[in-house]
Amino acid sequence: MATPETTTAYETTGARASGEPMIRFEEVLKKFGDLTVLENLDFDVAPGERVTLIGPSGSGKTTILRLLMTLETLTGGHIWVDGEPLWHMPKGDKLVPANEKYLRQVRKKIGMVFQQFNLFPNMTVLENVTEAPIRVLGKSRDEANEKGKELLERVGLEAKYEAHPSQLSGGQQQRVAIARALAMEPRVLLLDEVTAALDPELVAGVLNLLREIAETTDITMLIVTHEMHFARDVSHKVMMFDHGQVVEHGPPDKIFTDPDHDRTKAFLHAVIEER
Amino acid sequence: MQDLQFGAWVDDFLAGLWVTVYVTVLAAVAAVVVAFVLGIAVRTRHIVPRTIARIIIELFRGTSLLVQLFWFFYVLPEFGFRFDPLAVAVFAFGLNFGAYGAEVVRGAINAVPTAQWEGSIALNLTPAQRMRRVILPQSIPLMIPPFNNLLIQLLKSTPLIFLIFLNDLTFYSDQYRNSVGNENFIFPLLLVIYFVLSYTFTLFMHVLEARANTRLGRPVERRRIFKYRGPQEEEAVKV
Repeated sequence: MATPETTTAYETTGARASGEPMIRFEEVLKKFGDLTVLENLDFDVAPGERVTLIGPSGSGKTTILRLLMTLETLTGGHIWVDGEPLWHMPKGDKLVPANEKYLRQVRKKIGMVFQQFNLFPNMTVLENVTEAPIRVLGKSRDEANEKGKELLERVGLEAKYEAHPSQLSGGQQQRVAIARALAMEPRVLLLDEVTAALDPELVAGVLNLLREIAETTDITMLIVTHEMHFARDVSHKVMMFDHGQVVEHGPPDKIFTDPDHDRTKAFLHAVIEER
Repeated sequence: MQDLQFGAWVDDFLAGLWVTVYVTVLAAVAAVVVAFVLGIAVRTRHIVPRTIARIIIELFRGTSLLVQLFWFFYVLPEFGFRFDPLAVAVFAFGLNFGAYGAEVVRGAINAVPTAQWEGSIALNLTPAQRMRRVILPQSIPLMIPPFNNLLIQLLKSTPLIFLIFLNDLTFYSDQYRNSVGNENFIFPLLLVIYFVLSYTFTLFMHVLEARANTRLGRPVERRRIFKYRGPQEEEAVKV
């Protein structure tokens, strides 16, 4: 499955064709009260694969990321991360609902970047990046600072270690948030409309940074975005959602130029027209 | 002009002032501890601490402070718990004002945007770390103005302690009126003293508030009391 469309750039990092999926959704059901957001949803994401989820708002894309980050609880079905059930823990030979301790164990593998950055205003930029490595990964302060500075340099913020998030532009804040997520060395990175809250002129910088990260790491990525060019550049696979169902999926070249379904055509038409 | 005979009373007044300040400060510290413990307990997922905290809050908010004071002082000894008056005062005031403060703590924690919880979950912080490192530091600046209200009310409730034989400022003023009789002098003076005390507390709380906000990267100018505070201009200057 999922072959990268631009073979040269992704040869070293592309998805493995065999072996266990990094993420597996199995008959996933998610309801908010009476509203069914996801129903009977099945899909796999291979290790190192980058998948973009597209579709109209309310189609359940963000809910998928939030389920993976354990920000929403699962109503039914199973989600597996790296072979382990995310929302259930094995007890004897049965699966029972996971407790916080178990969730923390599986959550270690997952990081997320949010639309609104969600930086901690009570900490400096560097503290935002080092807090979790120190408290959760148990790194020494020196080690965390060194790694944090390295990451901040990589996202172009080496002059802002001591600044507070409120003193940064939206684009800079989002770069800090990306560095903060990477500092936890996740196997899976979830990007939830990360440029949607940015001024138009700041979008390109953040997207270029993400392109660079996609090319130089083998982190599995699930991306929700309306930036179709970006999606086309970085993803191995695009999944089109509507009403909590996968309408169709395939390599970006196929989906963006020759989609099979009218719903996908209509959606892409509307989105690209808008640009 | 009438002879005020105040000179002979100065030492008593200073002793009474000391008792007033002493009880206020100790009770305020106790109230803050009670407020945080109850305010956090009342919003936990677990039903037992949540229920216990809710019962304590409603009990101490819903009954008279004076009756609570008497209850601790006169009823508890019947069950073999005898405390000296100072301990009773700190205990009763601490629980009563702590119960109000718990609602302040709860409200301020709830006022921190959900996004901050989600950010801390995404970084895999433990529930305790989320609260201690992320949520509380952001909610404390929100707590300070309502805490200031409670502190002033606490100060002005302290005259009740003369009922359990603690000789505070109001007690000595009343003694003075009884023996010298200059009520036109002593009660206006008492009003001024309480005002000065409460305004001193207010200034202190303003300093705390400014410091807490600075820590959130929102440095504020020192509060000027008569300054117009309309809708604030949004956000700090973008760099």
